[in-house]
Formats: sequence, C-alpha cells, structure tokens
Amino acid sequence: MTETPLFLVTLRLADDALILGHRLSEWCGHAPVLEEELALANLGLDLIGQARSLYTHAGAIEGAGRDEDGLAYLRRENEYRNVLLVEQPNGDFAATMVRQLIYSAFMHPFHRAMASSKDATLAGIAAKAEKEMAYHVRHSAEWVIRLGDGTEESHRRAQDALDALWPYAGELFEVDAPMRAAIEAGLVPDPESLRATFDATMTEALAEATLTLPKLGSFQTGGRAGRHTEHMGFLLAQLQYMQRTYPNAAW
Amino acid sequence: MGAAVSLDLERQRAEALAIAGEVCDPEVPVLTIADLGVLRDVRIENGRIEAVITPTYSGCPAMNLIALNVEVALEEAGFTNVKVTTVLSPAWTTDWMSEEGKAKLAAYGIAPPRAKAGRRALFGEEVVACPRCGSANTQKVSEFGSTACKAHWRCRACAEPFDYFKCL
Repeated sequence: MTETPLFLVTLRLADDALILGHRLSEWCGHAPVLEEELALANLGLDLIGQARSLYTHAGAIEGAGRDEDGLAYLRRENEYRNVLLVEQPNGDFAATMVRQLIYSAFMHPFHRAMASSKDATLAGIAAKAEKEMAYHVRHSAEWVIRLGDGTEESHRRAQDALDALWPYAGELFEVDAPMRAAIEAGLVPDPESLRATFDATMTEALAEATLTLPKLGSFQTGGRAGRHTEHMGFLLAQLQYMQRTYPNAAW
Repeated sequence: MGAAVSLDLERQRAEALAIAGEVCDPEVPVLTIADLGVLRDVRIENGRIEAVITPTYSGCPAMNLIALNVEVALEEAGFTNVKVTTVLSPAWTTDWMSEEGKAKLAAYGIAPPRAKAGRRALFGEEVVACPRCGSANTQKVSEFGSTACKAHWRCRACAEPFDYFKCL
C-alpha cells in the first residue's frame, strides 16, 4: 500500500480522535456525577465525529474502496498510527482529565491552524473541530485545576497522573518525513509553530492547579509508526469486536 | 423553448429547496434544516436532484436521519432520482442559524446561541438570558447537555433549568 503524505496525516489525525473518543466512551455509566457522565460522552462524541469525517476523507484519498468503517475497524494494531497518549488507560478521573488537557491543549491550536489547509476538506473539518476542542480545553483545564488545587488526595492523584502521562506529550510534536512533506505542501501546520500556545495553556492551567511538570530527559514515541503500548491490543479487541465477529455488519 | 425549460427547471429547484428545507431537526423538532442553515443547496442536473447538507457538530447523530428524511420528503413530493450529499467545507457555525430559527428556539424553551461564536478557550464568562422568564441572572450547570449542541443552564430568578444552544 502506498501512503501519500495527505493520506497518512489524515489517517493519523483520525486514529488519534477515534482512540481517545473510544477511551472516553468507556466512562459511560461510570462517571462520578451525572453532569460529568454527559460531559465525557459529549467529548467522546465530538472526537468520534471528527474521526468519522477524517476516515471518510482518508478513504477517498486512498481510493481503494475502504470507507470509514473499513479504516476504523478492520486494521491490525500495527496499522493504527495514533500517538501513544490517547491509548493510555482511563485510570482514575484525574488521569482522564490530564490526558484530555494535554491532547486538547495541542489539538485546539492545531485545528485552528489547519482551518487554512490547502486541502479544503481538512480545512472544513478543522474549522469545526477547533471550536469543539476549545470546549475540551476548558472542561479538562477546569477539572485539572479543581483536582490539583483541591484536597491533599485529589492533588496527589492529579500530580501522579501528570507524572505518568507527561512522557507521552512529546510525541504530539513529532515530525517525520511524510509529516514534513505534508507541512511543506501546506496541508497541516508545523507542530513547532504551536508550541508556544500549547506551553502557555499548560503553564497557566498547571500553575493554578499547583501541579508541577516532571523533568524528563526524553519522551515516549512509536505510535506514529504503528508501535503501540501494551494497552492498544486490549482496546482494539473491544473496539473491533462487532466487525470481527460479524464482518461488514452495517447500521 | 430553451428559456421555458430553464424557467421550469428553476421553478422545480425552488420547489425542491422549499420541500427539503421544511425537514425538521429530529433532536430539536421546532427547527427546520433551513432555519439551522444545514441545507446548503439543491441542484437539478440531467433529471437528477441533489440536496446538499452540512453537519452542525462533528458527532451529531441526527445527520443520518436528516439525510434520510430529506430524501423521503423529496420523493414523496414526486421527485425521483434523489441524492443527498454531505459537505464539510465551509464549516457550519451557529452564526448561520436564521433569526426566525433563534426566535423559534427561544419560544420552545431553549436559549438560542448568542451572535458571533467567540474564540474563548480558557475561562471567561458568558451571559445567557433565561428563555422562560428572560432574566440574565442565570448560571451554567455544565457546558455539556442532552445533545452535542446544547449546554445545561439554570435560571436563578425563576429557578427553572434550561438548555442553551452552544455557540460553535
């Protein structure tokens, strides 16, 4: 299979959104309060909606007859190109919110910039997603602040979550050869150009949350090349169950 | 003859546009897709009629049903060879909702989106008037409500909870 830069970057964005959306859907029926139950389902729905548009676009670019379901459900683990951050388990509520803040603090400016992509469909998806991600940044930041600057126990859990998840933040900024080609073609923004905005969001939220970023020598990597953490296989077993059991089942 | 045909085609297009535009949002049944700005265009070409719609929120589960209902409405009106296409660009925003649509929403008990969707990411406060008593003394309960497009608010003056159609 030849993967053009446009196909690959679209697929990666779709995989990020799908896998995180799936993780959020795992909270259904388990959220700490009713409002949060609705909020987590809404965040997940936004991401799965973005993923659907992106997969449909990726399938059209590829031109091999794969639709959104074929791409979402019928690939093997090493064919998923999402960052490792989004496949990390939900953990406790603090871990879910810290993961959401890291992802959305990056994706909000990413979509804002991609709204002027030379690819009209990516631009259209981004123009909508930018506004949705603003809600995600706000919601997750409010919770990270409430937990970090809350009780001793909530602070400890929020700090533990940040220590565990921050090593996965660096991968969001990775640029390999196909990504570089897509940036140069004006399809997607250069992540480096978003770093100041990302840092400002994280710094502001974490300062108010009284949380500190762990000092790291290097970041975890591998997801963009299809090398995943041990959690991904279990996630896919659940995500793909229906399509693997009843191939080509449709709604 | 040519002019008569194109006039006839234009009349058919206007009729199809009006029929498709009357289809309601299944989640907010007081709003038509014309009110929402979801119906983008209707085209007639070589006897084929194509209705173009655009999603509101990325994950809006109503889109499939809206597409189906548009197809059914046009076929029931006697149009054959109907196709519904979804376009993503330019992206829909709440600014596209008609004034009539906003008035219908308020009358239905849902606070309409405030003009001009902002770009506030972190913090900041919004003021939303209660759709029941009109008071501005209201409070956000959650930015996420019963559907992707609504937030959950309550009025401190009349004590009623209400939905607010989120700005996008």
